[in-house]
Amino acid sequence: MSGKKLEIRSILATDCGSTTTKAILIEKKGDEYRLIVRGEAPTTVEAPFEDVTKGVLNAVEEVEELSGKKFIEDGRLITPQRDEKTGADVYVSTSSAGGGLQMMVGGLVLTMTAESAKRAALGAGAIVMDAIATNDGRLPHEKIERIRHLRPDMILLAGAVDNGTAQSKAKVVELAELIAAANPKARLGIQYRLPVVYAGTKDARKEVEDVLGSKTALKIVENIRPVLERENLLPARNEIHEQFMEHVMANAPGYKKLMSWTDAPIMPTPGAVGYIMQLIAHMEKINVVGVDIGGATTDIFSVWHHHDEKLDKWEEIFNRTVSANLGMSYSVSNVLAEAGLQKIMRWVPFHVNERELRNRIKNKMIRPTTIPQGLEELIIEQAIAREALRLAFIQHKDFAQELRGVSRGSDISQAFRQIVDRSIVKMPELDMLVGSGGVLSHAPRRCQAMLMMIDSFLPEGITRMAVDSIFMMPQLGVLANIQKPELEESAKRAAIEVFHKDCLIKLGTCIATKTVPKKPGRVMTVTFTMPDGKTLEKSYNLGDMELIPLGLDQKAKVRIVPERGIDAGAGSGRHLEGEVEGGVVGVVVDARGRIYTKAVDATGKPFLEGAVPLPEDDVERVQTLKKWHKALNIYPDYNL
Amino acid sequence: MAQAYTPGLRVTENAVIVRERRLPLLGDVLVKVGDKTKARDVVARTFLPGDVTPINMASKLGCDPGDVPELMKKKEGDRIKRGEVLGQSKGIFGLFKSKITSPVDGTIEIISRITGQVQLRGEPEPVAIDAYIDGTVVSVHEKEGADIQATASFIQGIIGIGGEAFGEIKMCVGKPDEELTPDKVDASCKGKFIVGGCYVTCETLRKAAQAGVSGVVVGGIDAQDMKDFMGYDLGVAITGMEKLGLSLIITEGFGRIDMAATTFELLKKREGLTASMNGATQIRAGVMRPEVIIPLKDAAAVKASAVEKEVQGLTVGCLVRIIRSPNFGVICKIAAMPPELRKMESETMVRVLEVEFPAGRRALVPRANVEAIER
Repeated sequence: MSGKKLEIRSILATDCGSTTTKAILIEKKGDEYRLIVRGEAPTTVEAPFEDVTKGVLNAVEEVEELSGKKFIEDGRLITPQRDEKTGADVYVSTSSAGGGLQMMVGGLVLTMTAESAKRAALGAGAIVMDAIATNDGRLPHEKIERIRHLRPDMILLAGAVDNGTAQSKAKVVELAELIAAANPKARLGIQYRLPVVYAGTKDARKEVEDVLGSKTALKIVENIRPVLERENLLPARNEIHEQFMEHVMANAPGYKKLMSWTDAPIMPTPGAVGYIMQLIAHMEKINVVGVDIGGATTDIFSVWHHHDEKLDKWEEIFNRTVSANLGMSYSVSNVLAEAGLQKIMRWVPFHVNERELRNRIKNKMIRPTTIPQGLEELIIEQAIAREALRLAFIQHKDFAQELRGVSRGSDISQAFRQIVDRSIVKMPELDMLVGSGGVLSHAPRRCQAMLMMIDSFLPEGITRMAVDSIFMMPQLGVLANIQKPELEESAKRAAIEVFHKDCLIKLGTCIATKTVPKKPGRVMTVTFTMPDGKTLEKSYNLGDMELIPLGLDQKAKVRIVPERGIDAGAGSGRHLEGEVEGGVVGVVVDARGRIYTKAVDATGKPFLEGAVPLPEDDVERVQTLKKWHKALNIYPDYNL
Repeated sequence: MAQAYTPGLRVTENAVIVRERRLPLLGDVLVKVGDKTKARDVVARTFLPGDVTPINMASKLGCDPGDVPELMKKKEGDRIKRGEVLGQSKGIFGLFKSKITSPVDGTIEIISRITGQVQLRGEPEPVAIDAYIDGTVVSVHEKEGADIQATASFIQGIIGIGGEAFGEIKMCVGKPDEELTPDKVDASCKGKFIVGGCYVTCETLRKAAQAGVSGVVVGGIDAQDMKDFMGYDLGVAITGMEKLGLSLIITEGFGRIDMAATTFELLKKREGLTASMNGATQIRAGVMRPEVIIPLKDAAAVKASAVEKEVQGLTVGCLVRIIRSPNFGVICKIAAMPPELRKMESETMVRVLEVEFPAGRRALVPRANVEAIER
């Protein structure tokens, strides 16, 4: 190794998603790196292919067709670049081809430790396929058959309090032996050990290690129920997240072959996207929330500048959640199950037969790689996406709590007495919202992506918004993380340049009120000082939406004067002054307000559910939606 | 782009099928390589130890623990039946002796003169695994099970519910676009796999379950009807262990969709033959699809190969099925494959195929919205 730094001329980068594999070509043009073309193809983890590299080659083949260059030879990628038309200097990849997280949990008693284990898994965004317990009414062989049939991606085993009885300890070990006996196969037929997270009594750790240590990828964490009266879910939840990202999500058949092709270790997609989100926040010193909505999972990232009052200093806190139960293909039916049909239909500005809508969603689930051809189909998909984003954000805000990182237990009884919003993600403080993932990046009109994010995330005050142009953040994230000394500098520079010039599309800014007053009428007046110096004063009534044209790289000053009792981001009745940035959409003024109602999540925990108020009457609802769509030019003129 | 396509479900007239059969616990394999099997033949078996029933004999007999063995009518290791006398007290001057009987069938495991307890072990419970298909044993997994191979017609469905089932194939409709209505299900369907056409409702499924039908294979069903029949909505499609009285395989999708002609004709051709079916489905990376396996007996007429054909990409002239609205389920031929992106009604820019419908009409369809017709 000479230590000489190489100037990279061309880069091929892929992301193997659960549904689609995307390939991008980056080249150095003059003195700058730019995205040249992009290709995509269905991910090939299933029969008859069962090799993720086939999808990679298919996607790169599309890059070949579009660029007129050759990158494949004898079934392999050509690296380094040979000449102007052949090969690329660097190849990197990310992967989430393993899809979502479907796990089983185990505990001693179905309504106690097994229930706590279920809550921990649900809180980590997993789908819980089944819970086994000593008192679940099934014989040992039935439990074993069940584990084998379900092929869980991971098992969370809990049971018994710390310093408990010898009998309960023995029963926990029995459950471990059951898992060992089941020896479930990986669903993708790859040779890797099943991740098992043990979060039961510390008294049995050694015995559990003896039984499962050599047969599984065992991780031991703090007891989720150290005493009966207290739950301690966070350590288990964190470990599930980590194990999912590192061992489940990125694994697919053909993975080893793919690893041999790349110039850097394959990163799990959320890891790479999270890196880019942190880069944005760090470079601009802002609070950022980002989302990557995929086929199997919806991943949310937040970078928050939080003032630690005890230490009297500011810290940058990064949180990442992977909601493996929410997505637009494999998990789409789960979005329906969790949100409910009414919540999806509320976004649809035409009458849809309920039976028909259920069929469409289920058909998308069983044939996940299809795309919406007609406008009706597109509108329905975007309605589903709103619910997936909304639910995933609720999970994220709950995860991103104050005192995160400290094992903060909760009194079981207290969990049901009061709802306290301890999340550090506070919408009036949010500076930028970034969207990524197929349904956002490939929305035919950028304003559709902007409105989907506004409807789901409910920003308040002044919030800049952006979208990943063609969903390439994962590839840029892994490119920026190349560790090879000779490539590191050049690769990082390429990633940052392409990110700024080609990746991040600035949509514009959203100005939104929070309060929904009892009576309709004016809620705020906004004065814009435009780039040419002219002022524009606008009044907004409750329920209004408007698009103010303001182009890319244009800025305008704003002064927001809410009516009495209305919160426009600075507090009730308080003025807000700031700057708004333009973009490919412009400035969206959202005077609809937000309503918050008490709800209970899948783990049984109460929370405040936010929504944009919509009329209950169906005819009025459709008229209202159409009014908003027309105001923002969301869809082509339709008469559905 | 030619290689990038969605492969369809397998519908094959002759294929070599191998299925692994494994016990959940170690046991005995009852077959050897080369043995012929019928679907319901047990190929491996184990026994679960019975439950332990402790009896405080000292207390019941009113004696010291050390006296229990002498008062027992049976000894350790003896088999015992429910109601049979285990032991008898001395009584008072030989009178008023009380008899203690066994509450279970089983074996006397322990008689303790220290605790005065007698431990009975219930009858072992057999756990067995059958062959699942009529075939031949091609390999044995020591103490676990065997692999069974058959030359068979093989049909994959898109989604199913219920587990393994067996039965003779019975066509209950005449054409693939006919609905399987309740009146078409009668006593003659008992124990059989009934084949519908385009559609089945919850009402028909309930009637079929009551009539003792083993399985139903049909083109489409409304998601609402499946929810009503199962009793819950499928959030994530992982099925196979439902106990609904029958197994169900949907071949095309949700809604009213004609069964693919190739599937229908194959089932019709095999009417009267015994089939094995499994509704188990897992829609996730590492997909598991429901299946119907119809072993073929006339080996001379069958030239099947276990070697998978090399996967061919989409080309002009290929038959494909449209798998998304509009024209869901329609089979058509690829007329052209324009390389440039085209704008759809949704304004999405995509790679398309120009397809020709049976009546001659042509249309543009996104490449992602077709699946190849597999053979």
